[in-house]
Amino acid sequence: MEPIQPSGCGCAKPVTGQAAEEKTHLTRLWISGAMILIIWYAVYRQLEPFSSFLAYSVFGIKRGSHLGDAVQFFAYDTPKVMMLLTLIVFVVGMIRSFFTQDRTRRYLAGKRETAGNVMAATLGIVTPFCSCSAVPLFIGFVQAGVPLGVTFSFLIAAPMVNEIALVLLYGLLGWKVAAIYLGSGLLIAMIAGWIIGRLKLEGWIEDWVQELRAGEAMVVEEKLNWRDRVDRGREAVLDIVGKVWIYVIAGIGVGALIHGYVPQDFMASIMGKQAWWSVPAAVLVGIPMYSNAAGIVPVVEALLGKGAALGTVLAFMMSVIALSLPEMIILRKVLKPQLIAVFVFVVGSGIIFTGYLFNLII
Amino acid sequence: MEIKVCGPGCASCEKAQKTVEAAVAAKGLKTDVIKVTDFQEIAKLGIFTTPAVVIDGKIVCVGRVPKQSEVEKWIG
Repeated sequence: MEPIQPSGCGCAKPVTGQAAEEKTHLTRLWISGAMILIIWYAVYRQLEPFSSFLAYSVFGIKRGSHLGDAVQFFAYDTPKVMMLLTLIVFVVGMIRSFFTQDRTRRYLAGKRETAGNVMAATLGIVTPFCSCSAVPLFIGFVQAGVPLGVTFSFLIAAPMVNEIALVLLYGLLGWKVAAIYLGSGLLIAMIAGWIIGRLKLEGWIEDWVQELRAGEAMVVEEKLNWRDRVDRGREAVLDIVGKVWIYVIAGIGVGALIHGYVPQDFMASIMGKQAWWSVPAAVLVGIPMYSNAAGIVPVVEALLGKGAALGTVLAFMMSVIALSLPEMIILRKVLKPQLIAVFVFVVGSGIIFTGYLFNLII
Repeated sequence: MEIKVCGPGCASCEKAQKTVEAAVAAKGLKTDVIKVTDFQEIAKLGIFTTPAVVIDGKIVCVGRVPKQSEVEKWIG
């Protein structure tokens, strides 16, 4: 691995030799990337037959038995999810090297509401974000003059439309569910942010944030080449997959138990379309739960398999990842409790509405 | 030399702190690495993305955990 070059190094370089070397390196990078993808795909295709072979032939568990189903589910989903996760995190890690929070903030600073809400929600997907950086990010947005509603569109979309959840939904449940999740998540972020903007709640930002004379935003612009971006992708894989794999396995374990032991259509009675109260209940249950998006998707898959309604399950999932108690506690440092309450209420209503909508149309 | 690591104390910030400390130790410097966790103070430095590393008042890295080799270059 090459160390990343700091920006703006004006030193003269012997150009020709290095440029040629850079080019061969880049070619080699693309070729090895393509080869890894082909191998990845070949292995991925074999996962399902292999899991059946493992559960029913190697372990000799009877096909169709509770234990057999659970073991096969686990043996199929674990490598599948881990492989998808590694690929996505790598690609997203590379994409994110193009979008820094500083760039996003500067971009949004010049935007008016409405168009700003749309841009903020969209940028929320690709801009690197973690709940602990929410507070400095919030201060930065306010200082840069980004409207409050636009800031909220970003703050809602960033955790809610999670690229890991998106691609796992695609891998486990197909592109329709993934598209519904993406579309409704973006819409909730745009509309909720727009409403918060209309309510003119700037007075509910903690006073010290408004009085703060912050320093000029200092930006370190880095010049990255493709090799650096591949490095960023690799770092993201080590960092994120290294952190979430345990949630994934726990999630698949719970999913496997539901898949194997919960009777068919059991979920239909409590999470089905007929139970009108199940959507708000799913949102309420989801708030104190804090799970990684990667851990919640296998549970979602299993619940759907047992007759739970899609809208209800999506509402549950969005509530778990978008309305998290730890993030609210962190945001309390910059927001007065009233504004947090409005935030939870508006986003919660949006999620409930989405839940009912999809239960109605699907 | 004054080295500051800014971050509210999340996992990445802890990692940044450890990386910088390791780099300082590897270079054999006796400088303390100052941890800045107060949001107000971080914002006053002009930092809105954490973790960030500040060396002698100059921000060298924002919004990510640097590699030890990078830090060694900055302080060396």
